[in-house]
Amino acid sequence: MEPIVYPSIDWLAITPLIILLGGMLVLLVLGALTRPWPRAWYAWSHVEVAVAALVVEMVLWNRIGHEGPVTIINDALTIDRFTIFVWIGVTVALGLVSLATADYLRREDLDGPETYSLYVCAVIGAMVMAAANDLVVLFLGLEILSIALYVLAASHRRRVQSQESGLKYFVLGGFASAFFLYGVALLYGATGTTNIGGMGAYLGDQVFLDGDDAILLAGVALLLVGLAFKVAAVPFHFWTPDVYQGAPTPTTSFMASVGKFAAFAAMLRVLVTALPTRAEDWRPVVWVMAVLSVVVGSVLAVVQTDVKRMLAYSSISHAGFILIGVEAAGHQGDVDGLPSSLLYLMIYAVLVIGTFTVTALVTRTGDASSSLDSFRGLAKERPLLALAMTVFLLAQAGMPVTSGFVAKFGVIQAAAENESYAVAIVAMVASVIAAVLYLRIIISMWLADAESGDEAREKVSVPWTAGVVVTAAVIFTLVAGVFPGWLIDAARDALAR
Amino acid sequence: MSLLAAGGGETLSFPILTSLVVVPLIGAVLTGIGVRNRPELTKLIALVSSVVTTGLSLWLLASFETGEAGFQFVSQHTWIDAWGTGWHLGVDGISLFLVVLTGVLFPLVIVGCDPHHDEKPYLAWLLLLEAGVMGSFLSLDLVLFFLFFEIVLVPMYFLIGGWGYDQRVYAATKFFLYTMVGSAFMLVGIVTTALLARDATGGITFDVVRIAENADFAASTGRWLFFAFAIAFAVKVPLFPLHTWLPDAHTQAPTAGSVILAGVLLKLGTYGLLRFGVYLFPEAAVWSREIFLTLAVIGILWGAIAATMQTDLKRLVAYSSVAHLGFIVLGTFAFTSEAVGGGVMQMVNHGVSTGALFLLVGMIYERRHTRAISELKGLQKVAPIFAAAFMVVMLSSIGVPGLNGFVGEFLVLIGGFTTARWWVVVAATGVILAALYLLWAYQRVFHGEPDEANSSFRELRLREGMVLLPFIALIVFTGVYPKPMLDRIEPSVKSLLVRVEERTGFTAPTAEHDESHSTTEGEG
Repeated sequence: MEPIVYPSIDWLAITPLIILLGGMLVLLVLGALTRPWPRAWYAWSHVEVAVAALVVEMVLWNRIGHEGPVTIINDALTIDRFTIFVWIGVTVALGLVSLATADYLRREDLDGPETYSLYVCAVIGAMVMAAANDLVVLFLGLEILSIALYVLAASHRRRVQSQESGLKYFVLGGFASAFFLYGVALLYGATGTTNIGGMGAYLGDQVFLDGDDAILLAGVALLLVGLAFKVAAVPFHFWTPDVYQGAPTPTTSFMASVGKFAAFAAMLRVLVTALPTRAEDWRPVVWVMAVLSVVVGSVLAVVQTDVKRMLAYSSISHAGFILIGVEAAGHQGDVDGLPSSLLYLMIYAVLVIGTFTVTALVTRTGDASSSLDSFRGLAKERPLLALAMTVFLLAQAGMPVTSGFVAKFGVIQAAAENESYAVAIVAMVASVIAAVLYLRIIISMWLADAESGDEAREKVSVPWTAGVVVTAAVIFTLVAGVFPGWLIDAARDALAR
Repeated sequence: MSLLAAGGGETLSFPILTSLVVVPLIGAVLTGIGVRNRPELTKLIALVSSVVTTGLSLWLLASFETGEAGFQFVSQHTWIDAWGTGWHLGVDGISLFLVVLTGVLFPLVIVGCDPHHDEKPYLAWLLLLEAGVMGSFLSLDLVLFFLFFEIVLVPMYFLIGGWGYDQRVYAATKFFLYTMVGSAFMLVGIVTTALLARDATGGITFDVVRIAENADFAASTGRWLFFAFAIAFAVKVPLFPLHTWLPDAHTQAPTAGSVILAGVLLKLGTYGLLRFGVYLFPEAAVWSREIFLTLAVIGILWGAIAATMQTDLKRLVAYSSVAHLGFIVLGTFAFTSEAVGGGVMQMVNHGVSTGALFLLVGMIYERRHTRAISELKGLQKVAPIFAAAFMVVMLSSIGVPGLNGFVGEFLVLIGGFTTARWWVVVAATGVILAALYLLWAYQRVFHGEPDEANSSFRELRLREGMVLLPFIALIVFTGVYPKPMLDRIEPSVKSLLVRVEERTGFTAPTAEHDESHSTTEGEG
């Protein structure tokens, strides 16, 4: 009998995954078997797991610099700097969101290890998506991420909106996954492989005669639908406002940061590695989605009265900006498209976590009052918190000296590089429209007059764990805004495979 | 010919330009943190940092090399290499007096205007504003300029929105969004300019001097880029028909906001047109000059007519700003050294005289809690010194010979006559209209017998007088003896026009060649 040949495994390369998985299981079991832990211990223990993973990721980043990227486990995963960049991004997001969740769960009387375990689980899915070199593995990661997110969205057991949001997300997300999977099947039919690298090589050699590529194009289209749903690009964005509004606020920040990061990483990987030769086909699609997303997201954000809904629409508009970078990455010889998307993702992840952390504090007990009115007078009550929120909002509007400007600048530069001036101008004008929404929140915090009944409201309390998250996010936003050189270089390194 | 040839800058090791930006910035941070329970110390910090900035700007004025056309005191450091942008500051004759004006105006505003509440953030925003304005006037790097140009919006937004009058939030938001729309186009323009100039400049750079000296844009490309910049500046100036934010912002802003807005913020637009529009894209500027001349003249007349009809004294001054800035744009696009130099001078003059007018209107509001012209009457009787001060400032705004407003406007008109004759002819009526609306307003407010409400109008106080004194001194000095100012402005303007001439062949007809025998007698 032939001995079974196992693929050799580069253990160091998957250590971050193992740390997260092991840490999650150990903490989940420990948490289940012991009495409730004291305040914020669950969060901190998960933060430690994230930090451990982060350290190994840094080591890997360095190693790839010396030894070059590798594909491991029989070509299933690619460990290059692109992968590690995304890994670092989602791990940092995991740490920040875990901390931001600590006192939220206590306030809502939901404390326990489950939420954190689901975070870690979702991050593992996100990391698999980023590293996947095979569409089936990619789907695996997508499902690990998505299922964890469905549960997280519904995890506020006493709020019916949370249940509703989870169910909506589940049904629509299931649809999108089906589209994605069908796309994978068609692509397999057209190219004979599910391997992303192999697909790129095959399509590079193959010449399609007229009409021969119908299956391939249908596969690409379905794949794009599935991924566009996950990144919440128009016209696949309809779930976003409802889900973002209904989900527990820290979970919303997690979805907007980790979820977007992973889905865009997968999109970039598939489009740039597997389908660069078909760029002429997918670029127009991405172009249209980008323009629609920036415009529709910005315009609809302005007319909302609920801050979580506003931020949901603004996240659609931000997805449009990132898509501009994706579109640019499809151009031959482009150097800025991909790094600008990655940079935007990293910056936006931190911004959105900061913004939603403040929002979570302002929604007060019950997580229900996320209307614009609940921000009224925040500057009087909590000036520093209001100042931090102002920094996040101005950054999202793309004001210079904040990281948001760096992100927008990179994308605009990538677009201009490819002579997509129209899209650059549309995006910038849309960002002015979006500025109205950020200004509305700022006005509510700083300039609105107090109304009767304001005194009776619960005071906004700032637990120190959330304080740490907000402070860290503000520092990152300002430092990356004033000295963005290192971040830009890192994003560019991620391209160098 | 290198514009980088620094005059006094090389002997001066002290980084004076960087300090001009950093000192108010530090002041803003310190003021923002504040001293617990000691508001007077907080105010002292703000005052000291703004006075130090004034000192630095006056030192800059003193050590500025007269007769040197290029940028002086250049300060260049690497910043974001990945983008090709750097910390590049420099000053020349065009920006020198705007920098000095900024330096002088802020401490006067801090002393002269009372925010009434929340003094600490008010002062911090003011100082941040000063840092932003200074940076905008000094930047020689497109990204750095954009950064300062945009950041100015934030403190101004909060100043109008937090300390303004009834419609303050509306006015502040309108101001913010109008300017941001312009900036949106400019950012795309900036990025594209640098990318298209990449081959000529050898690697991507946002350095204005390097782009200007090396890159030569195709005519159509240059025009698009010029318009991307020009929209942002036209909103800021504001040029007709993009001016509608200005009356609201001016009227609703607190006095300090109005003074700064009129004094220096609007000049970002006219300065930007010269420094970035005309300097980088001379061909496009010449090509589109008739559009700008026409819009400028419409602005002059429109502003004047609208000002005549106002019932609110502050709104009247705001509309007069639209008219006055029309003269500056007219001068800029006349492309003769008298007209452009006069325009630059008028930027400073308008800052001084309209800034002072807003201060005076603010003082009237403090006393009477109204700005409606119909409510005010016979103030001359009860407050003669106040009326005298108002009179001097108003005459300067009208452009009466012997005061500063005359010099700038006269130069613009006489310089523009050879190259933009009919526009100048029409614009000259704007001077008459200015006399009409300002004198009429003066007549209604100050003449006659004071009624009961106005009879208790308080006379000018010592502190108010001390704040107004520098304004009046500048008005009279510049009006009587403008030569030192013109000597410093002119070389830079001339070198800019030489550049326009080299690139486009556009020359102003000289007196000998001009068949209509117009004389170019006036050098001020």
